[in-house]
Amino acid sequence: MNTDISISQVLILAAILFSLGLIGVAIRRNVLFMLISVEIMLNAAGLAFIAAGAKWNQPDGQIMFLFILTMAAAEVSIGLALIMQIYHQHQSLDIDKVNEMKG
Amino acid sequence: MQHLLWLIPTLPLAGFLILALGRYLSRTTVALVGVGSVSLSALITIIIGVNFISNPPPSGAYSQFLWTWFNASGFAPKISLYLDSLSLVFVFVITFVSALIHLYSSEFMIEDKSYARFFAYMNLFVFSMLILVLAEDLLLMYLGWEGVGLCSFLLIGFWYEKQENGLAAQKAFIITRIGDTAMAIGLFILFYQFQTLHIPALLQGASNKWQIGAPIACTVALLLLAGGIGKSAQLPLQTWLPDAMAGPSPVSALIHAATMVTAGVYLIARMHVIFERSPFTQHLVAVIGAVTLLLAGCSALAQFDIKRVLAYSTISQIGYMFLALGVGAWSAAIFHFMIHAFFKALLFLAAGAVIETQHHEHNMFKMGGLKDKMPLIFWTFLAGAMSLAALPLVSAGFYSKDQILWYAWSAEKGTAWLWLAALIGALITAAYTTRMIILTFFGESKTPLGHLPGMRITIPLVILAVLSITAGFIELPHNFGQVTIFSDLVQKTLPETRMQAGVESEFAFQLIAAIIGLSGIYLTWWTYAKNPGIIDKLKSQALPSTLHRLWFSGWFFDTIYNALFVKPFKTITSINKNDFIDQIYTALVQFTNTLNRILSLSQSGSLRWYIMGIIMGSIIILTLNILL
Repeated sequence: MNTDISISQVLILAAILFSLGLIGVAIRRNVLFMLISVEIMLNAAGLAFIAAGAKWNQPDGQIMFLFILTMAAAEVSIGLALIMQIYHQHQSLDIDKVNEMKG
Repeated sequence: MQHLLWLIPTLPLAGFLILALGRYLSRTTVALVGVGSVSLSALITIIIGVNFISNPPPSGAYSQFLWTWFNASGFAPKISLYLDSLSLVFVFVITFVSALIHLYSSEFMIEDKSYARFFAYMNLFVFSMLILVLAEDLLLMYLGWEGVGLCSFLLIGFWYEKQENGLAAQKAFIITRIGDTAMAIGLFILFYQFQTLHIPALLQGASNKWQIGAPIACTVALLLLAGGIGKSAQLPLQTWLPDAMAGPSPVSALIHAATMVTAGVYLIARMHVIFERSPFTQHLVAVIGAVTLLLAGCSALAQFDIKRVLAYSTISQIGYMFLALGVGAWSAAIFHFMIHAFFKALLFLAAGAVIETQHHEHNMFKMGGLKDKMPLIFWTFLAGAMSLAALPLVSAGFYSKDQILWYAWSAEKGTAWLWLAALIGALITAAYTTRMIILTFFGESKTPLGHLPGMRITIPLVILAVLSITAGFIELPHNFGQVTIFSDLVQKTLPETRMQAGVESEFAFQLIAAIIGLSGIYLTWWTYAKNPGIIDKLKSQALPSTLHRLWFSGWFFDTIYNALFVKPFKTITSINKNDFIDQIYTALVQFTNTLNRILSLSQSGSLRWYIMGIIMGSIIILTLNILL
């Protein structure tokens, strides 16, 4: 079995993941699913970093992935807190009903 | 002692600052600060004046440099004070008369709700006027010049609740601004020529560099003259002064009689070298003075309002000063300025007291019979009136006016016409003064008396009355003992009057002037006191009634100016009410407003729209990045 995975394959996978996340954020109406989609996008970016780090034999890619992981944890905690609030206020998680900040 | 000079303008300024910044001062404190600052100034002036006369500085002038105002590539006007005999006379009159008027005001204005504001303005005015006459640099003088203009505006409109007072204030401000603009242009030319505005340097430069009759000298002199006639209410910019009577009486006494309106006289006397370089302009000064004194005198004859009579008489008396300046009788002009300041301040203050006791009645025809009811006011007013009418021998006005009449004939630049105008002016002056006295103080009483004025009003009146009678004795003509204390002093700064060769005896002229003055008094007395019906009979005829209307309205100057300048200007403004240049900016505002409305539509509050926006934006930018 060929264990060599070329960088382009990894990047394609990352791109697909990223696009899935992006589409998820754009078309999902449930806030919770939007948050999960954002997580997918972050992981896609992390995967791209790992691949790049492996390609050049540098630790930077893995370090960046650790950063992204940390940030994602923080982001999820804040995001979930906000979602809790939205649910308390509106008794719903539908993002289209939370449009009070009209111009 | 002369190093105390800086205190003279500083004290009124300090008074102004205390009154303007200190809130909730009691009326007693306000009066103490307001009157005290100017009185101290007057005291210091007297000390410095005695010191200046007893041991004069070797160059004839004491200059005190305080600091450099600013320095812009070589143009460095200095804040420095300059005391010579000319400014000494002015400073003395300003501080002394102001101190008396402030004392008078402390009682006169006591009922007014803006007591502190009044004294603040008055102190600021005294400060500006002192800066005007003490400045060594024309730019500093211009600061004082504009300062008195501002204070005049503030004080004419002091009772601003009434609309006409505000309008009168605006009129005074705008009309004097015309002259000020001309004067500013004159200053620019002077600076362009000499690279300095330092007055002694300018005079020195002008006498070295300019020929007599040089066009540049003529231009500068004409521009300065325009400034002078604006401030001094001479033809054709005299219309603001009668309306300026809207202010309180002490203001009329201080600003519109004694001090500010003579700023033009001071300017011309101060810049006399430039005027001597331009004989045409100097002659024009005399002609303007002569015409003004006649026109204003006639207008004074027809007024009902006692303060308007005095206002027109001020214009006319300043006309005399201009006449004297124009014929080169410098010291005579300054002498008349001083005497006029005394008696005109007195007349205005006494008139203010009369108006106050007559329940704010200004119309002389509704007064009358006050001679026995308020004898002190009557006698002091009479002293001032005697001086104004130049009653021979006993009044100060006689000596100063006689000197002007004499020089109008006999000085090198004098002519018979100027003399004749001045003589007719003297007749008219005597006539309107007598008319005023008879209508106000004689006859039957028509309005009941209010409360009589107290000490703080009567003391200044008495002092000024004594001066109006006796101040003339410091300068007597040569056939009356020839006292020349005043002209000796002033001629340290100003040139001596040059006389024509072979003039006749002065005595004949004095006799003619005296007879003319007395006959004016007699004629008016005969008309108003003995035959009261004759005026009504005259008024019913066509010609005299037209003349009366002409004089009453001040020769229709207001009407003419209204038709010539005010109406066209108002028409233009009403056509261009929506200023067409403004349209450009309005359009700009409308454009941004529209853009704002359109763009704010995109702010829908829907999060998914924003995300789509971000995605589309990123895609577009990435695509462009790849393609380009």
